[in-house]
Amino acid sequence: MALLEVTDLHARVAEKEILKGINLAVNAGEVHAIMGPNGSGKSTLAGVLSGRDAYEVTGGNVQFEGKDLLELEPEERAQAGLFLAFQYPVEIPGVNNTYFLKAALNSIRRSRGEEELDAAQFLKLVREKMKVLHIDPSLLNRPVNEGFSGGEKKRNEIFQMAVLDPKLAILDETDSGLDIDALKVVADGVNALRSPDRAVIVVTHYQRLLNYIVPDFVHVLSGGKIVKSGGKELALELEAQGYAWLEEKELVAA
Amino acid sequence: MATETLITTENSYLRDFTGSNSGSETPGPQWLLNLRQSAALRFGEVGFPTRRNEEWRFTNVSPIAETPFTLAGKTDSAMTAETLSGYTYEGMGGTQLVFVNGHFQPDLSSQEFPAGVTVSTLSAAMEASPEMIEAQLGRWAKFTTQAFVALNTAALEDGAFVHLERNTVVKEPIHLLFLSTPNAGPTVSHPRTLIIAEANSQATIVESYSGTADTVYFTNAVTEITAAENVVIDHYKVQRESRKAFHVATMQLQLARSTNFSSHSVGLGGLLVRNDANAYLGGEGIECTLNGVYLGNDRQIIDNHTEIDHAMPHCNSHEIYKGILDGHSRGVFNGKIFVREDAQKTDAKQTNQTLLLSPTAQIDTKPQLEIFADDVKCTHGATIGQLSDEALFYLRARGISKDNARALLTYAFASDIVSRIKIDAIRAQLDQVLLADRALQGIAL
Repeated sequence: MALLEVTDLHARVAEKEILKGINLAVNAGEVHAIMGPNGSGKSTLAGVLSGRDAYEVTGGNVQFEGKDLLELEPEERAQAGLFLAFQYPVEIPGVNNTYFLKAALNSIRRSRGEEELDAAQFLKLVREKMKVLHIDPSLLNRPVNEGFSGGEKKRNEIFQMAVLDPKLAILDETDSGLDIDALKVVADGVNALRSPDRAVIVVTHYQRLLNYIVPDFVHVLSGGKIVKSGGKELALELEAQGYAWLEEKELVAA
Repeated sequence: MATETLITTENSYLRDFTGSNSGSETPGPQWLLNLRQSAALRFGEVGFPTRRNEEWRFTNVSPIAETPFTLAGKTDSAMTAETLSGYTYEGMGGTQLVFVNGHFQPDLSSQEFPAGVTVSTLSAAMEASPEMIEAQLGRWAKFTTQAFVALNTAALEDGAFVHLERNTVVKEPIHLLFLSTPNAGPTVSHPRTLIIAEANSQATIVESYSGTADTVYFTNAVTEITAAENVVIDHYKVQRESRKAFHVATMQLQLARSTNFSSHSVGLGGLLVRNDANAYLGGEGIECTLNGVYLGNDRQIIDNHTEIDHAMPHCNSHEIYKGILDGHSRGVFNGKIFVREDAQKTDAKQTNQTLLLSPTAQIDTKPQLEIFADDVKCTHGATIGQLSDEALFYLRARGISKDNARALLTYAFASDIVSRIKIDAIRAQLDQVLLADRALQGIAL
């Protein structure tokens, strides 16, 4: 069975239907890219999967390791091994980055019946991950995301992902607004975490990130549906031709 | 007819609340009796404040007037050093003076104090230094204008006294602990504290007010602090009364040139709480900080009034009060700042922030700036907010439960006040209350 199995997923925001029947299967070890123009439903899909309550699921279902994902609270999804790298990471003044991450990790460990890490064990883990991801240690002692540059925020998301060690990571437009150096850091971070046990869904508007995180599959989302799936070469095709040809094709099909 | 009834009622308060007809065994010096008499007369005239009084507009004290309180007697408190440990601060060190229901407990108090410091009961001080006490006690906290100060003064027999001699620097905190233990019926005590700091002295002083059981009682406290030139005082007030208790307290500060005074008021308990902190900045170059953080839940009412009177030039005052209100609790903040004509180059900053955790919690906040000098900087700001849904979701998306996410964000709201608390042991206890109340213990790094 696939790690994540999305079947005929429909969702709306307020009265507006955004997702109109998404089908997607993601296996452990795979990297899937979901591309699409603005308003195609990319962020809605990421939001629905992570449990944001602004969205109402009106049909279909989502299985995560055989469990009904949509029945779970956001924290239960995280505890089950789902991670969302936010498009807009939230600034939380007054909460120390390290304190927050330790609370998160221990909450996840506790839910799995694992021993919580004490301060020393936690710092050891954090140092290891920092080295791999080239994170500036001073970020750790600052309030969560407060005063971080755009690049620092995105790097912090990847760093959190590394520490929390999820089974499925969803990167929601993590590349948007990043310069090429920051983009490479993010990509290196994701690549370092690629493993046969872990799957990654990269949601992006641009093909550029996929030069560095090479996906196994590319899906094109348009009008709330996956209109085309293929290998990594599909991303290049999209880059060359834009999204317009897809929409035309859709119009013709309709 | 109505007036007559009122006077009779208040006379009975005077009798019951202050024990003035009980034929006290230790009448004290004549000047004290005169002071008490004047205060009693004054209370008889003004009575309990009503909401028609601007200073009490948001807080109705009739529950105090309607409860048949009697003056707490000198019963065996049954407190031991062991049971006391729940009300002190583990690892704080320093010295302590303990009062139970207003009565001094020599067995629970420190016997020795650092050189240059006198920490004793007021009654002992009246015998040892009668002139000093007569000159200062009741001089700063005005019973003529404040009814609860009048009531406290009318009952004044004893209390806590701290005297710092010139040039004395005390490193370890001096803890004044006022405990209320259960009695047969509702009782009242009137803790009274006088702190005199001579020039160039420095100390950390902690006042704690706690109840040992979930009973109805009334603490009516008055603290007078007078600091001479170049004094440094770090003052803490930790209020952990029972959730059925009434707590009314006035702290009156008289500060001289180049003094640096910081006050940290931590409010965690009580059913109806009113704090007045009044500072008179009577010399140049004074730094005065009044900070406060308080938690309210259920039907608690927490009213903080502050008044900073800039009488002289070149003084700075900073004030941040933060309230966290849940349930049906209600907060009041009234921050007065006077800048008198001579007080040029004043820099006064006042902030009041409130976090409302439930749709039924409520805050009335009122800055009140009266400025008569023309070359000054005065700012004030009040914010009222809820926990951010975005931040809550962010924390939950990282695996932190909804309750813990709320606690963490609540804690974060208070953290800038908490981090200014320099005594680790008090900060740790506050950390625990802020986080443990919401099942987050063990999360702190």
